[in-house]
Amino acid sequence: MAHRPSQNKRSFWRSQAFRGRLYQALALGLIAAVIWFLTHNTLQNMALRGIRSGFDFLTDPAGFDIGESLFPFDSGQPYWQAFGVGLLNTLRIALLGIVLTTMLGTLLGVGRFSRNALVRGVCYVYVEVFRNVPVLLQLLMWYLLFTEALPAATEAWTLGPVFLSKGGLSFPIPLWPAEDTTLAFDFPVKGEFAIEHGGSLTPEFLAVLLGLTFYTAAFVAEVVRSGIQSVDRGQREAAVALGLNPRQSMRLVMLPQALRVIIPPLTNQFLNLTKNSSLAVAIGYPDVVSIANTALNQTGRAVECIAIVMAVYLCTSLATALLMHGYNRRAAIQER
Amino acid sequence: MTAPTFQPIAPRPAPRRTEGLLAWLRINLFGDWITGLMTVVLGGALLYLMTQFISWAIFRASWHPNFEACRVDGVGACWGVIAEKYRLILFGRYPFDAQWRPMLATVLMLGLLVVSCTRAFWHAWLGLLWAVVLTVFFALMYGNVLGLARVETDRWGGLPLTLLLATLSMAMAFPIAVLVALGRRSQLPAIRTFCALYVELIRGVPLISVLFMASFMFPLFMPEGFTVDVLIRVLLGITLFAAAYMAEVISGGLQAIPQGQIEAAATLGLSYWQTQRQVVLPQALALVVPSLMNNFISTFKDTSLVTIVSLYELTGALSLALNSDANWRPFMLEGYLFIALIYFMFCFAMSRYSLWVEQQFNRGRKRSIETP
Amino acid sequence: MKLNKLTTMAAVAAALCTVFAAPSHAGKTLDAIKARGQIACGVSTGVNGFSAADSTGKWSGLDVDVCKALAAATLKDANKVKYVPLTSQQRFTALQSGEVDILARNTTFTLTRDASLGLHSTVTNYYDGQGFMVPVKSKIKNAKQLKGQTVCVQSGTTSEKNLASFSKANGLSLKPIVFEKFEAANAAYFSGRCVAYTTDASGLASIRSKEAKDPKEHVILSDLISKEPLGPVVRRGDDEWFAIVKWVIYGTMEAEEYGVTQANVDQLKTTSTDPAVQRLLGGGNEDMGKLLGLDKDWLARAIKATGNYGESFERNLGQKSSVNLPRGLNNQWNKGGLIYAYPIR
Repeated sequence: MAHRPSQNKRSFWRSQAFRGRLYQALALGLIAAVIWFLTHNTLQNMALRGIRSGFDFLTDPAGFDIGESLFPFDSGQPYWQAFGVGLLNTLRIALLGIVLTTMLGTLLGVGRFSRNALVRGVCYVYVEVFRNVPVLLQLLMWYLLFTEALPAATEAWTLGPVFLSKGGLSFPIPLWPAEDTTLAFDFPVKGEFAIEHGGSLTPEFLAVLLGLTFYTAAFVAEVVRSGIQSVDRGQREAAVALGLNPRQSMRLVMLPQALRVIIPPLTNQFLNLTKNSSLAVAIGYPDVVSIANTALNQTGRAVECIAIVMAVYLCTSLATALLMHGYNRRAAIQER
Repeated sequence: MTAPTFQPIAPRPAPRRTEGLLAWLRINLFGDWITGLMTVVLGGALLYLMTQFISWAIFRASWHPNFEACRVDGVGACWGVIAEKYRLILFGRYPFDAQWRPMLATVLMLGLLVVSCTRAFWHAWLGLLWAVVLTVFFALMYGNVLGLARVETDRWGGLPLTLLLATLSMAMAFPIAVLVALGRRSQLPAIRTFCALYVELIRGVPLISVLFMASFMFPLFMPEGFTVDVLIRVLLGITLFAAAYMAEVISGGLQAIPQGQIEAAATLGLSYWQTQRQVVLPQALALVVPSLMNNFISTFKDTSLVTIVSLYELTGALSLALNSDANWRPFMLEGYLFIALIYFMFCFAMSRYSLWVEQQFNRGRKRSIETP
Repeated sequence: MKLNKLTTMAAVAAALCTVFAAPSHAGKTLDAIKARGQIACGVSTGVNGFSAADSTGKWSGLDVDVCKALAAATLKDANKVKYVPLTSQQRFTALQSGEVDILARNTTFTLTRDASLGLHSTVTNYYDGQGFMVPVKSKIKNAKQLKGQTVCVQSGTTSEKNLASFSKANGLSLKPIVFEKFEAANAAYFSGRCVAYTTDASGLASIRSKEAKDPKEHVILSDLISKEPLGPVVRRGDDEWFAIVKWVIYGTMEAEEYGVTQANVDQLKTTSTDPAVQRLLGGGNEDMGKLLGLDKDWLARAIKATGNYGESFERNLGQKSSVNLPRGLNNQWNKGGLIYAYPIR
């Protein structure tokens, strides 16, 4: 008779469950130790150097003006409002940029399948050139273009009521109708040094917007292209069999099915665009990173300001990801 | 009755050719009238722009490092600015006389990268070669050995700095990324949560804020009296950033490995780490090599951001060279085009290589698909 | 095989960290400097006249002279200085963290900086004010004509705050265009993006002399909208080093008062009969240097290295230089200026 080894006598510390708990405890302990070490050093260093901490500075008056903002901002208003202006500036770029880049990127992606070899070639060259040059360099080149090639404000190019100069793009905006209900416009006029009145888009804003749009469109084009390629060839052949011409087949058959594959990487590109808008700090556009930078220098609260910036971007990323996830679910093909 | 004579019918016109240059032009450029119109319009615009650009950039350009010649009316691009400032752009503020050192270091690093990409050199001693070349690189750049003068890290700049940041951060990020990717799929909830938190946190914030954190906050994190070099701080920042993105990519690869592989390894009696090392990781990493190359291209481009925390790599060195010299400042565009060309050459070569690698790996995987 | 690679990489990374991490003692700066053998001097990235490097990497300027004088006084050699160029964003954290021992970067002394950043302002070595530079063809004669216009300014400086205060006080609604980098702000102004450029008046003069294509096409308006006392800054917590910096600077200022120059310092050390000069140069019986923890010839060496305050000013910012600023407020107290050295005794 074989002597069966007794299972119950197996030492408990050789079981996988125990080892798992041990490793977790070790890992948690290590992480906690590292975090404690860093926090302890930070607090000690801050106390030693007399650096104050805390978010109470947010209610202090900012003490600096902001070059462009959607709502009027004055240097006497508190820091948290300054951050709000920066946040709105970032969102302005992000939302407009996402819309424009989707349009341009889709055109380019679909253009890679065009019957015209010239269009195919142009789209291919565009994608390769704009993808392989760093985005900061592209932003700097756009800004250089705007500040060097455009004329001074006193000699602005005009196209009807629209002015284009180093001071930006000035266009008429409608005034809220006051007593009489006629729609009045506020037209830009040439002032002594700059174009006054009217709505305007600064060259910083235009440079960031166009730079990011053209850069991200190259990636979106690749995403769209791979999405369309992933649709079964049979679908295209069926569309041809039904008598649809190539443009119709692309619009009615291929693109809607490609959407399912396109949306997750497209979301990634939208997030990249939003994060790349932080580079606006290099060309003088007052987005949230630039405002945080100024606040950091004036108050010395490095940790708090950087934490605010990271929180802003995390929330924006999360919001975008959630929105696209919801859209994805609606656009998903209902399979049998 | 006479037999009916054979009456041949009139010869039909030959079918249209589908091969040859004329046929290609006809099909691809003038298929129908809309295509034809677009060809004419687009072709005309392109031709005009191309001729203007070539005339500006090549025929009317001034190549001598003489800014007076560039200001003459009718002169095109001023490539003299490159002839004058190329050493400052390529090597930053490195001491002028010792610039043979960063040049040699750059050539060695490029050689190492090319060798690592070539199949013929994929042996075990490649790791050793990396260690040797990196040591030689640092010895050349920093000096202080073999009679070479010491050059502090804040003098390093230009192309060698770009290459160093990109290569070293990717090399250091790779093991971290593998560990974090494995951690995300771990059964242990604490490790899984921590790894997921790390990846999501870093992927949600822009690289600028990570660099600001590295440059402003790392000194506060260190115990009193301990200073860390700026280059190291920035390198750590980029490494952490790159590791999060690589971890995400490697996770995707790990997910694609069928559960059956792990179960088979278990029946063979392999432990967790043995399974990962010998069964799962080789397959997963092979799957994601193209995406990893994409990550490398992104990291290479992202090194241009360190110019914002005052390390003068290629983009920063250009603005250093031109912004403080009033004579050459009007010719920033030529400078930008020059470094855009350098970046383009590197990144395009890498993306072509990545396509080649993808093809190599897919050779064993391609099957003829029967479409229904 | 993979683990071997991992351990190799980890070893390389650890080795790199030990090469570049250098323990220093924040509490005892002088000891650290002596151990290191050089002073880490935080300077600007290139402001002509205050701290700028030429194309061979040699630094010169008023602030650079302070560091050279300090090196001569403490380490006996004016060349034992490591110049660390810092942007206006990094400067304070670099000083706080110990990366540099002194920030000689034409920094304005303000209450906020003294109180909340853990720093000590030493001696004002340049009394300045914030001004505006405009192109001549804009025909602007005073700052109030800039109502509603764009002004280029660099981020992280007192200039931004002062501009906002000035704008608010006078109802001008000035639109600041804020640049991260000094070079970007200059480029934007000279390309015509903004109507005016604002920073300290001395900075304006230096930018105009170095960066404008034709300096005569730009005019610096005479309105000064703020007081900007500029001088070197040190960390809190080291009174000994603070005293050394302070008294070396006062020493060079008092040397000008008593007529001690770079040329005659050796001769005066042995031949002068004025007890004040003797105390300055360590010629008599009183050893002022010992009280600071230095040797007898501390100030003599400093003056020999850089000259007295007046010579340093003339060489870097005065008529002999390209910046060409008048002494103005920066003249000695007995000649109508504000430079008042505390007595070395």
